[in-house]
Amino acid sequence: MSAGVELDNVWVRFGEFVAARDVNIEIKGGEFFSFLGPSGCGKTTLLRTVSGFLEPSEGQVRIGGKNMAGIGPNRRPTALIFQNLALFPLMSVWENIAFALEVKGVSKSERRKRADELLDLIALAGQGDKQVSELSGGQKQRVAIARALAAEPEVLLLDEPLSALDLKLRQHMRTELRTIQQRVGITFIYITHDQGEALTMSDHVAVMREGVVEQVGDGNTIYDRPGTAFVASFVGENNMLPGHVAEVGDSHAVVATEYGSIRARASAGSLSKGDEAYVFVRPESLNFADQTNRFDNELHAAIVQEEFEGNLWQVYLALPDDRRMTLSMVNDGRALSHPPGTGVKLGFDAGLAVALPKGPLAAE
Amino acid sequence: MGVIRYFQQFFNRNGLVLSSLLLGAVGFWIVFLIVLPQVFMLDFSFRFNLPPADLGGPKDVYTLSNYEFLMFGSPNNPEPLNVVDLSVFLRTLLAAVFVTLFDLVLCYPIAFYLAKSAQGGYARLMVLSLIVPFWVNEILRAFAFRILFGSTGIINAFLIWIGVLSEPMDFIQADIALYAGLGYAYILLMIFPLYNAIESLDTNQIEAARDMGAPWWRIHWRVVIPFAKPGITSGCTMVFMLSAGALAAPQILGGPSSLWFTQIIYQWFNTGGNWPRGSAYAIVLLVTCIAFVLLMMRLFKVKLGAIGR
Repeated sequence: MSAGVELDNVWVRFGEFVAARDVNIEIKGGEFFSFLGPSGCGKTTLLRTVSGFLEPSEGQVRIGGKNMAGIGPNRRPTALIFQNLALFPLMSVWENIAFALEVKGVSKSERRKRADELLDLIALAGQGDKQVSELSGGQKQRVAIARALAAEPEVLLLDEPLSALDLKLRQHMRTELRTIQQRVGITFIYITHDQGEALTMSDHVAVMREGVVEQVGDGNTIYDRPGTAFVASFVGENNMLPGHVAEVGDSHAVVATEYGSIRARASAGSLSKGDEAYVFVRPESLNFADQTNRFDNELHAAIVQEEFEGNLWQVYLALPDDRRMTLSMVNDGRALSHPPGTGVKLGFDAGLAVALPKGPLAAE
Repeated sequence: MGVIRYFQQFFNRNGLVLSSLLLGAVGFWIVFLIVLPQVFMLDFSFRFNLPPADLGGPKDVYTLSNYEFLMFGSPNNPEPLNVVDLSVFLRTLLAAVFVTLFDLVLCYPIAFYLAKSAQGGYARLMVLSLIVPFWVNEILRAFAFRILFGSTGIINAFLIWIGVLSEPMDFIQADIALYAGLGYAYILLMIFPLYNAIESLDTNQIEAARDMGAPWWRIHWRVVIPFAKPGITSGCTMVFMLSAGALAAPQILGGPSSLWFTQIIYQWFNTGGNWPRGSAYAIVLLVTCIAFVLLMMRLFKVKLGAIGR
């Protein structure tokens, strides 16, 4: 069973502080949905509001179409996986997993049977009698998932559960989580500040800033068609060029910058002539321009440094007023060797750049 | 070998003068304030109560007569056992167990509230208001309880005023004042170990249990109490030992019919003038209490080291 989750005009206030501001989100049943944002953006607050540890100050949380107002966390069809997992250290692995069944009054033999099935699911068969402290980080992670699944929740809530793991394990657990989610078929709501996690696992991502949902969309949309300057600067690497709107078309705009006029995509109605605007262009969309390789937009820049990363070259550049840009290109076997200070021409096509209204940017 | 190396390192780290001072102080404390008095008590308990002239003479030999007296009474006792002293002994232990359980039940919610629910400034205020009464001497506090529980005391006055009682109740005769006084005397020794234990519990575990549908009592039973077991052990041990060995509260708050075992010991030492017999009684109380605590710890599967936490 999986249930959808709807947040309707949800506000959460702590005294004067507004942790969530008029949040409207619809999460479909069976979906892998992520909240992505820097720490303090209100994503954990929203998760706690869905799980029932917090009540919204205004608005409604509905799970499976049912209003959850006044229903405590122990009576909601949700299970929460804590950032530090919060496994019970004094219970064995199988007792941890079977805790939700114990609460329901299931007999001991039945509990043990169900725990063993779940241990199978998380590939820890036969480890039920171990103590929690005997498990590795990744195993504990999986036990926490099994413990949450044992409650047969309709919605599983995950609060940055991978943040304590090392890089390799984290990447492995991403795939694992996605597999488990597809196998059990319930709704996963995932909180993270790591865009890699959000983009690889999720069907949809909500990017948050200071209690406000900036954009909701699938990974591609968030990355390729950011809706705000914050999303463009927070998700992935981006180069930003400030200017004023000089011309507005149906699906493009021309922005006058210190480096010349730049033509970029812009969604209709988002900009009008004279507005302050930012043009964003990804490092991988930048190229070196010359007589044979011409682009819609071309800028003069100087090489600061070139870094070789194996599969990629990262080229750091400076525009005439010392604004920094990054260009990345796939290593095709040609060695780059511009000495620092070399003047080059950067080029990118209008379709790969996006013009957005001026707004707050992600902190570096 | 390990011990020698440990001391070498200790001396290297702290220097000769400081190390000697530290070791000397600890040694003095252990030997003169703990070990020697107990050894003398033990030695005393196996001797006859002789006039000073006979000490060290041919009559000064070891005997079990003091322990015999506690078991069987004087030789012309018609009963098979020393019923009076033994029943006081048992009643003292039972009462100490009762006081311990009473304190545990009373202090657990307070400690949990302090550790997990109270906000910063409010918690400090509450701890302060728990501690301040203990700046008053124990004997004065016992007298204060006597006044509170007296026939014209505020408790009787209140109960009569709300109509629960029609005439004053003799709380002292009924030993209620004694239990209340003892329970109150050791309340901090229960609250602080419990507080320390519960405070170190990750609040997420409580929330996780709640999230998985556990009602409050199951959260305590399965998550909080098992985690707080070392603190519970530590608090219970202290309250039990101290209330079994209490003297002031029973003297002041005890009813005329109730006698605490420590009062009998006191009588042998003081009015009875029989130190060997008093020592024997004291040793029996001490050994029984230790044995009881160890038995309980084994029963509840707590390691001895847990008490030190």
